[in-house]
Amino acid sequence: MDHVVTIQDLADDEIASILDRARELLPVARGEERSDAVVGKILATCFFEPSTRTRLSFETAMQRLGGNVIGFADSRTTSHLKGETLADAVRMVAGYADAIVLRHPQEGSARLAAEISDVPVINGGDGAGQHPTQTLLDLFTIREELGKLEGLTVGLLGDLRYGRTVHSLAAALARYDTTMHFIAPESLAMPRRVTAGLPDGWSAHTTLDGVLPELDLLYVTRIQKERFPDPEDYVRVAGAYTISAETLRDAKPGLRVLHPLPRVGEIATDVDETDHAAYFRQAFNGVPVRMALLEMLLGGD
Amino acid sequence: MADNLLKVQPIRNGTVIDHLRAGAGLKILDILDVAGTGNTVSLLINVPSSKQGRKDIIKIEDRELTESETERIALLSPGAHVNIIRNYSVAEKTAVEIPEEVAGVARCPNTNCISNNERGATSRLLLRSREPLQLACAYCARLVAEEELQFL
Repeated sequence: MDHVVTIQDLADDEIASILDRARELLPVARGEERSDAVVGKILATCFFEPSTRTRLSFETAMQRLGGNVIGFADSRTTSHLKGETLADAVRMVAGYADAIVLRHPQEGSARLAAEISDVPVINGGDGAGQHPTQTLLDLFTIREELGKLEGLTVGLLGDLRYGRTVHSLAAALARYDTTMHFIAPESLAMPRRVTAGLPDGWSAHTTLDGVLPELDLLYVTRIQKERFPDPEDYVRVAGAYTISAETLRDAKPGLRVLHPLPRVGEIATDVDETDHAAYFRQAFNGVPVRMALLEMLLGGD
Repeated sequence: MADNLLKVQPIRNGTVIDHLRAGAGLKILDILDVAGTGNTVSLLINVPSSKQGRKDIIKIEDRELTESETERIALLSPGAHVNIIRNYSVAEKTAVEIPEEVAGVARCPNTNCISNNERGATSRLLLRSREPLQLACAYCARLVAEEELQFL
């Protein structure tokens, strides 16, 4: 494995070995054990747009493995504003570091970087495109929380049109014989270009009613204000897709709720105290999963 | 065939693009930018064809097409024949075929794709399906249908 640009770049057995290794690395991720798997190696985190969670979890992952980190958190601090091309920036950074994590506002930027860089490039999110390490940590969380990936019934709720997280996740879950329910307002429904690539076994809904009792997992995403020209429409629609402890009354006791975070009211805080809430563990899982990936790309053996 | 020859004079040197899908000729003239070059060009539209029913034919005098031009023709009318004519006879005859990858020929329709924003970047479209024509951007994976093709 050279670069990780899309989740489709990873074969089933590669995903399985990343998830297995992430599980073994949990004590190191928590700081209970030490590792020097990538000692002497440098990771460059090149964030042309801010993403605190992704950047910090990559930096933590690298440092927990004994490696070092360089980088920038925002394109305002780079020569990007002076008009430097991404290609030139990547050539330069590839000379300074052993691997690059790239976050960039334009789709396809990670693929372009991977063509140019002679060190591994990890896509940390390219515009509305792909964010493969988010998908890996989602898969890891599902497997940790529910004990398996195969044959689950999963609901994806919220903004399914613009949410790249749910696009990649749906494509990845299709590998595991998953029954998928897409629950979204009509204007934010799962796009056909995503559903066209899925095997049978998915269905679309505008409400959670009736679907909820079947679910093993509910993946909630944020409905963004800027998708609605009329603020009143936003309040009405977003309100209709809010999850609370009351909403989850008819759920299976084992239902787990995930959310890529940050949340802005779409999951009420009273869910946090229920056994359903798994989103904070999900956020933590970004560390062991990224450790497993970095170890695979940079580890000696 | 003999009828067709009567309508348009044979050319001495240049290119004859035959077996074009009926209706594709005008678009192809447009992308070949023939008006600016000063070459004599004839376009035949809806010519009866035993194989295709109707077809278009383009004859361009004193010009041989480049590979990139041939790729554009392939995208608009796969299966067309490009005949290079030298001294009234066919020197080379190729059936154009859409390659697995077309680089620098047509732009990705996604305006936020890096290939449309990075100075010096070359667009790359990968062939996904010939019939119906579907390509995908090598960078952002955006699918491109025939009617979305914007030539560079």
